[in-house]
Amino acid sequence: MTAPTLAELTAKGETPEILFWVGCAGSFDDRAKRVTKAFVKILNATHTKFAVLGNEEACTGDPARRAGNEFLFQMQAINNIQILNGYGVKKIVTACPHCFNTIKNEYPELGGTYEVIHHSTYLQQLINQGKIKLTDTNSFKGKKITYHDSCYLGRANNIYEAPREVLQALDADLVEMKRCRTTGLCCGAGGAQMFKEPEKGNKDINVDRAEEALATGATTVAVACPFCMTMMTDGVKTKEKEAEVKVKDLAELIAEAQGL
Amino acid sequence: MMVQQIAFVLVLITAIYFIRKRILLIRSAIRLGKESETGGNKTDRLKNMLLVAFGQKKMFKKIIPAILHLFIYVGFLVINLEVMEFVVDGIAGTHRIFAPWLGSFYSVLMNVFEFLAVAVLLACVFFLIRRNILKVPRFWSAEMTNWPRMDANLILVTEIVLMTAILTMNAADQVLQTRDSHYVATGSLFFSSFLVPIFQNTSTSVLIVIERFAWWFHIIGIFGFAVYVTYSKHLHIFLAFPNTYFANLEPKGHIKNMPVVTREVKSMLGLETTTTTGDPGRFGAKDVNDLTWTNLMAAFSCTECGRCTSECPANQTGKKLSPRKIMMDTRDRLEAVGKSMATGGAGLNDGKTLLNDYISKEEINACTSCNACVEACPVMINPLEIIIELRRYVAMEESGSPAQWNSMFQNMETSFAPWKFSAADRFNWVKD
Repeated sequence: MTAPTLAELTAKGETPEILFWVGCAGSFDDRAKRVTKAFVKILNATHTKFAVLGNEEACTGDPARRAGNEFLFQMQAINNIQILNGYGVKKIVTACPHCFNTIKNEYPELGGTYEVIHHSTYLQQLINQGKIKLTDTNSFKGKKITYHDSCYLGRANNIYEAPREVLQALDADLVEMKRCRTTGLCCGAGGAQMFKEPEKGNKDINVDRAEEALATGATTVAVACPFCMTMMTDGVKTKEKEAEVKVKDLAELIAEAQGL
Repeated sequence: MMVQQIAFVLVLITAIYFIRKRILLIRSAIRLGKESETGGNKTDRLKNMLLVAFGQKKMFKKIIPAILHLFIYVGFLVINLEVMEFVVDGIAGTHRIFAPWLGSFYSVLMNVFEFLAVAVLLACVFFLIRRNILKVPRFWSAEMTNWPRMDANLILVTEIVLMTAILTMNAADQVLQTRDSHYVATGSLFFSSFLVPIFQNTSTSVLIVIERFAWWFHIIGIFGFAVYVTYSKHLHIFLAFPNTYFANLEPKGHIKNMPVVTREVKSMLGLETTTTTGDPGRFGAKDVNDLTWTNLMAAFSCTECGRCTSECPANQTGKKLSPRKIMMDTRDRLEAVGKSMATGGAGLNDGKTLLNDYISKEEINACTSCNACVEACPVMINPLEIIIELRRYVAMEESGSPAQWNSMFQNMETSFAPWKFSAADRFNWVKD
């Protein structure tokens, strides 16, 4: 796997087209790391000139802000902004809707203004530009796929169509859950819930959502967020359907369909 | 006639007195809130107000209640024109004073009013059935205790009674028109003409009493209702407009910045040398006066429809959190503080606070910040803003966040990730 760091490129006097913001899940979580790699494969295959921050990257601070710790959030944010501004970063692509939302909507008022694109939109652009060509014989053709809307893409940023257009490019049979788009049910991880046990209730949110996804009869549950990935995968496991139904990120689906 | 005029003016003054008192109390309660940054431009705000409040855009996500609600809404707007005539007639001692001015159009108008009165009446009957017989779940969830349920039913029943009074009055009036020149000819009124046969054989003197009774009943009912509205959840009929106007224009994922923290963090990092002047104040919100005045106005704008709660993932899976309850609690707290202040009581210093005495940590800790409640609200109320402010207080003033969150904070401070991994391993994924 090759992924140049921004420090390396800068040392060579080169400027990448995009900075791929990997995020904490994409860097440390084993399942999410596979998504990171799939996306890097796509970037390499499409000859996109990109860089990552490597060890210079730090958490955007999203979970700290949402858990109420504004000091910690701003410490993280301002440090990140200094690094990004130091390199003169203009365009950021990330596979995490939480990083996407925070950098895009919350960094500007702290001094960090960039063009921020979520990988679902970026993949859609690559498809539209003809840089990703999907053959008629790709393994997802005609397969039933359902898409789980991430709150931080959908309601938070009104991105509902880009992920679906990516799936349509696979020529898959896209089936919708009852609660989708603006009424899509959260996976249960947002607002820093990812980092604690849920409060007392009669059901786990991710199980409720997994049941809804399974009810569509889809064999693939497509997600576009590392937290949704964890929650949906666990939900499907709870229902003991992990052998028949796979939870996959958009980048993995595209990489797989291209045989990368 | 003179007696009726004096009585009317007295009733009018009494109503104005009570409404004014309530408006002042609500205004002073809302003014407890902090300044609110109203970003964005006025055109976008006006657009929101016209589309969402005036145009009811978000109501139409649920088509059946939307149509029924539209009848009541249009009925309210249009029938208020008739109330204007009632008031002028009441003061001047006249009868249907607008009729000669409007000529045949008056009859058209009266028919429109009657159509709306019938539509309102039927819609209210449907709504009562939905609430009490079909028992739509969102009207029966935990925070819908006796009073909120009674409040809703009282409003619906009052509207039915008021509409019945209008139709009865018009029916009696139509019979009187054929007997006494005092009663201006309005032409046949479609809906009330169905009631005319009931009064056809009634003596003129009894009819006059019926007509007068219905007239007085209707106008006193309207005034009484206007006073009641200020105590009830029904204030949305006015506050929906400013509430949508002042609603957040940023993407929903954006959480309000705390400039006071930015200044401190920047000076800690040596990025800013300006000395911070004065007390930074409380971080986050413990009580209503720590929220912005727009948050507080939103609490008075809430009509407790529960669309937020029925979309909330935490609530749907049995957690204690209900976004509607967040708004109801904020309002209850404001009412308590407002009443206490108005009577020279302790006000905010009564030993209670919004957090803990009204809203528990268990509730705010259950929120996934998914914005389903914000998306669902037909008048653009944002319960999430209040939840985040309460969490900010707990995290920064009390260090009282859940233990697992405190660990997450610690991880982020030491390894720049929410999990306990070494920062030096961040780029290891490239090697595997």
